Amino acid sequence: MSATDAAGVTAAPAPPASAGAGRRKARRRAGRAGQYLALLCYVVFLAFPLLWLVSTAFKSPQELGSVHPTWLPKHPTLDNFRTAFDEQPLLHAALNSLMVAGISAVVSVAIAVPAAYVMVRFRSLVSRAGTGWILVSQMFPLVLIIIPLFMVLKNLHLVDSRLGLGLVYVVWTLPFALWMLQGYVKAVPVSLEEAAAIDGCSRARTLRSVVLPLLTPGLVATLMFSFVTAWNEFFFGLVLLKSPEKQTMSVILTHFLGAEGAADLGPLAAASVLATLPSLLFFALLQRRLVGGMMTGAVKG
Amino acid sequence: MSAGATLRLRRGTGRGAGTPPPRSTAARRKVLGLDKDGWFLLLPALIPVLVLSVGPLLYGIALAFTDAQSGVTHATSFNGIANFKDLRLDSLFWQSFRIGLLWAVCVTVLQFLMSLGLALLLNQNLRLRWLARTLALVPWAMPEVVVGIMWRLVYNPDAGILNNTLHHLHLTDGTTDWLSSLSLALPAVIVVGVWAGMPQTTVVLLAGLQNVPLELHEAASLDGAGLWRRFTTVTWPTLKPVVLSITALNFIWNFNSFGLVYVLTSGGPGGKTELPMLFAYDEAFRYGQFGYAAAMGLVMVAVIAVLLAVFLRNRLKEDES
Repeated sequence: MSATDAAGVTAAPAPPASAGAGRRKARRRAGRAGQYLALLCYVVFLAFPLLWLVSTAFKSPQELGSVHPTWLPKHPTLDNFRTAFDEQPLLHAALNSLMVAGISAVVSVAIAVPAAYVMVRFRSLVSRAGTGWILVSQMFPLVLIIIPLFMVLKNLHLVDSRLGLGLVYVVWTLPFALWMLQGYVKAVPVSLEEAAAIDGCSRARTLRSVVLPLLTPGLVATLMFSFVTAWNEFFFGLVLLKSPEKQTMSVILTHFLGAEGAADLGPLAAASVLATLPSLLFFALLQRRLVGGMMTGAVKG
Repeated sequence: MSAGATLRLRRGTGRGAGTPPPRSTAARRKVLGLDKDGWFLLLPALIPVLVLSVGPLLYGIALAFTDAQSGVTHATSFNGIANFKDLRLDSLFWQSFRIGLLWAVCVTVLQFLMSLGLALLLNQNLRLRWLARTLALVPWAMPEVVVGIMWRLVYNPDAGILNNTLHHLHLTDGTTDWLSSLSLALPAVIVVGVWAGMPQTTVVLLAGLQNVPLELHEAASLDGAGLWRRFTTVTWPTLKPVVLSITALNFIWNFNSFGLVYVLTSGGPGGKTELPMLFAYDEAFRYGQFGYAAAMGLVMVAVIAVLLAVFLRNRLKEDES
């Protein structure tokens, strides 16, 4: 019966043999089958839209117009990708996204590391206020922030500017960066810092030579996550960028939709696949760390 | 208190984080519990947060009580609660608000149930677990806009795979226009919301499940507790705090969501999927009514805060009894 356990255990020792062992065995096997069936349903639900997107990206216009669409393209073609680049300034948009997301992720993590350190190691009113802000910032609808932000940035002549959007993204990715980094800072033993101090390290030196090297893996993970968050962001980009040559990937993609909707499915799918690749790549690299980071952040009590 | 202790490390006293700081001049020279070093480290993050998050937020709250408009030359003036009076009678806004609540509740509940199921399965020693695990993370890595576009391709009435499959299975005639149908658009959009939001919830629940003590399960199973009983008496109590926080967060995120529905339906057909965020966005950036839209935002925050307070209080009371 331990094997049919769906109540949250990976494995438990076999129960002692008894008269009902045979019946139990049959039930266990049925339970296993049920679990595999459920898992299969999940896999189908999660995978079929993805498969359809990728398959559409590689289909020829004739095939897309067919009344009996097939799961896989019969004659895979790269035409859609070519058309997508012709129709919209995709390359430019990708560079914009790369620049805005990349710079804002670096800045965000650079300012989040010392702040996270202070919030973990110095128990003060400010640290608690910081934690409060992380939570409250999740609660407010963006519309309440975007209007004043728009007005402030307009006064600074930073509306319709990549710099302005980058600044917004720094603050936008900061709560989660702080949250993740706090978990990593907590994992650095205080005793190491104490040892360095006893050996005569200055405070700045301790941070640089003891804490920072130990934080590096967490730092990289946070950096990638911040990048993905900014790369995928849509709302701020939509409101703050007006000129097509400055728009980011997410915003440019909506141009494919056009007025009458999905008229040109192939290029739309192709561009979408391209827009997902960078985030997917980073996620593949950091998936294990991300799960771990969220857990260390979450169990802080 | 660890602040004082850690700081004194430099002088070689080597106090651990647990010892109370000694009273000295340095210890007293603190602002809000932080000394100079602390402030120096915190400031680079604090300034952007104040300028671009806390400031705009307060400004936004103030705007809700003004007649601010975009591109108007005359000076903005306070008009008290006039925006809220108008809002009270704005039946379109309340309709959108009801849709928003329905959407947020449905998506959050379904997301939770489906993620719990998946997390329980992923916590088992099943083959192909890696596949489900990887797939479960993919939606998280995708831009919202791409998720919307992808499901538009799935729902497409002519070339979409959904209609085609249903037709092959002889379930429908294969001509359903999912996103333009008055009755089907909202459910169709909700499914997308669930799909897109499952990864975070699953990851958090899985992390919670791995904290459930194995010995308790073994003991309960030796005492003859069945599957369901073990879930309710062993797994659930450990998981509950995690469930509370992730559902509360999910509810907030879902209620405030924008991009998915903007791409899928833009609020149509006939306003059937017009979430409050979409409504407020139009009000602000299409009609330029900044003050009025800010008032909407404020009402949204207030209602969410009240709902969450009720939800969390009831749950906490249950815990005590």
